[in-house]
Amino acid sequence: MITQHLPILQVIIPLLAAPLCLLASDRRVAWAVSLAASWAAFLIAALLLDQTLKLGVITYALGGWSVPWGIEYRVDNVNALVLLIVTAVSSAVLTFARRSVVKELPSARVHLFYALYVLCLGGLLGITVTGDAFNLFVFMEISALASYALIALSEERRALTASYQYLFMGTIGATFILIGIGLLYMMTGTLNIQDLSQRLPAVAASHTVETAFAFITVGISIKIALMPLHLWLPNAYTYAPSVVTAFIAATATKVAFYVLLRFMFTIFGVSFAFKNMPLSIIFMALALTAIFAGSTAAIFQDNVKRMLAYSSVAQIGYMILGISLASATGLTAAILHLFNHALMKGALFLALGCVCYRLGVANIEQMRGLGRGMPWTMAAFVIGGLSLVGVPLTVGFISKWYLVVGALEQGWWPLAVAVLLTSLLTLIYVWRVVEAAYFQTPVAARADDVREAPRSMLLPTWALIIANLYFGIDTRLTVDVASQAARQLLGLSG
Amino acid sequence: MSFLIGHYNYWIVIFLMMTGLYVVIAHGNLVKKIVGLNIFQASVFILFISMGKVEGGSAPIVTEGITLYSNPVPHVLILTAIVVSVATTALALALVVRINEAYHSVEEDEIHEQDQSF
Repeated sequence: MITQHLPILQVIIPLLAAPLCLLASDRRVAWAVSLAASWAAFLIAALLLDQTLKLGVITYALGGWSVPWGIEYRVDNVNALVLLIVTAVSSAVLTFARRSVVKELPSARVHLFYALYVLCLGGLLGITVTGDAFNLFVFMEISALASYALIALSEERRALTASYQYLFMGTIGATFILIGIGLLYMMTGTLNIQDLSQRLPAVAASHTVETAFAFITVGISIKIALMPLHLWLPNAYTYAPSVVTAFIAATATKVAFYVLLRFMFTIFGVSFAFKNMPLSIIFMALALTAIFAGSTAAIFQDNVKRMLAYSSVAQIGYMILGISLASATGLTAAILHLFNHALMKGALFLALGCVCYRLGVANIEQMRGLGRGMPWTMAAFVIGGLSLVGVPLTVGFISKWYLVVGALEQGWWPLAVAVLLTSLLTLIYVWRVVEAAYFQTPVAARADDVREAPRSMLLPTWALIIANLYFGIDTRLTVDVASQAARQLLGLSG
Repeated sequence: MSFLIGHYNYWIVIFLMMTGLYVVIAHGNLVKKIVGLNIFQASVFILFISMGKVEGGSAPIVTEGITLYSNPVPHVLILTAIVVSVATTALALALVVRINEAYHSVEEDEIHEQDQSF
């Protein structure tokens, strides 16, 4: 039956759509193909999540080669949730892309954009679904190479240097992960993630495993853009085309974060990562630095894309903070924030995409009085911004709530206070945009010719905004899956 | 002494890796940086390949009378990693070509200056 093959279809459909887009060499056909592939992937991800919730872990032997000879695909609650959010955001962004891309890219490159986009999507889904450490590296490079090229598609010449910088940091990060995987293979003789997790405790005392741990942690931290390894992120997000920023900001760092969860909890295990190694204290220090420095840097940016990029650095800090608690609640908060932050940043960057579509730039200066010209876009931005701050009834509140509860559980109330205080920093930079858009006189030169963005762009933006509100009110799905996933990662029953 | 000689493959790997990373960090020329990145990646390839060697083991081709083989898996993995590395190099070079078209320079500090000026 076809339902047995869902794990491989999840990856293969976007991967096959990429050459089709290239061959079509017509932007409408390429858009249709990639859109169909993305929505199909979303449907498959929803089916997979449904199956894992009902039947537990799904395993799939690639090409019929059973473990340990072949590559195993393995879907549990953790990656099913990541698959769902990645495909959901990707589908919304692609729906949005049609008008935006024509405006921002040279017309000869538009079909290339769609080919690269689905290639990147296929790579990200591959990373998430695979149960093989080396396969994970290969998919990581597929998605990374595609995203470097996506960023360089922009007409802004600084996108080229941003992409070049990202390529170097990304490649060094991926190679570090490769070194770590090689050292693990040296000690255990396997690349399968399940086998690794079973065989590692026996050899955990060796320096080789500790070295592997260090390489993998640093490598993934570059991919996640954890402060101080975030240097590639602000430029890449600022100068990439709007749709690319929305897609990468909402998915790439989230998938890298999933890889971190997989390595730290499934492969190395909690006791090795948090008792043998001082991961907890390192991550907590880096996370707090990221939150404070990222939010503060965001306040001083005039380019709103750049502001949100620094905000991403800070939000990644919250996720890492959840991990550093090393408890079920902390981990639940981290996974929830992974899901929720993808929704917030996806929505916010799409709203900015609408602004760029009409204004060509996203500077605070240019956005004065925009609340009148583009009411729906700016309303979306406000709700997304409130979600980023963590106001009740939005998703941002849910993940921060769990983070604060997790901190209090351990008796670390200064940490809970820090989380609440930094939300105020978030409020400041969101407010700067709101103030400009609603309380300042419109830019004179622009007069009243700024119209609302086209409906085909507003609808996907608002779909994500409504998801922000929906999952902020009805938390059954996300919280259940996230807490189950956290317990699975920690090796607790259920 | 046997520690030094017995691990000679690792010394080579460490030397190449540090050389590569140094070139990436220290050089301002975008093409030279790519060379550095390639050296860095090559060091990891050698790490993997030398790890597959089994002492006294033959090439991993089934032949009569031979029972001990080297491990072929790391070689196969590295074949894939080489492909990835080639693709990365190609993309990086393509970026440098376009950077050169846009800035008329491949020197990091000159590019930086041009970006600052406006």
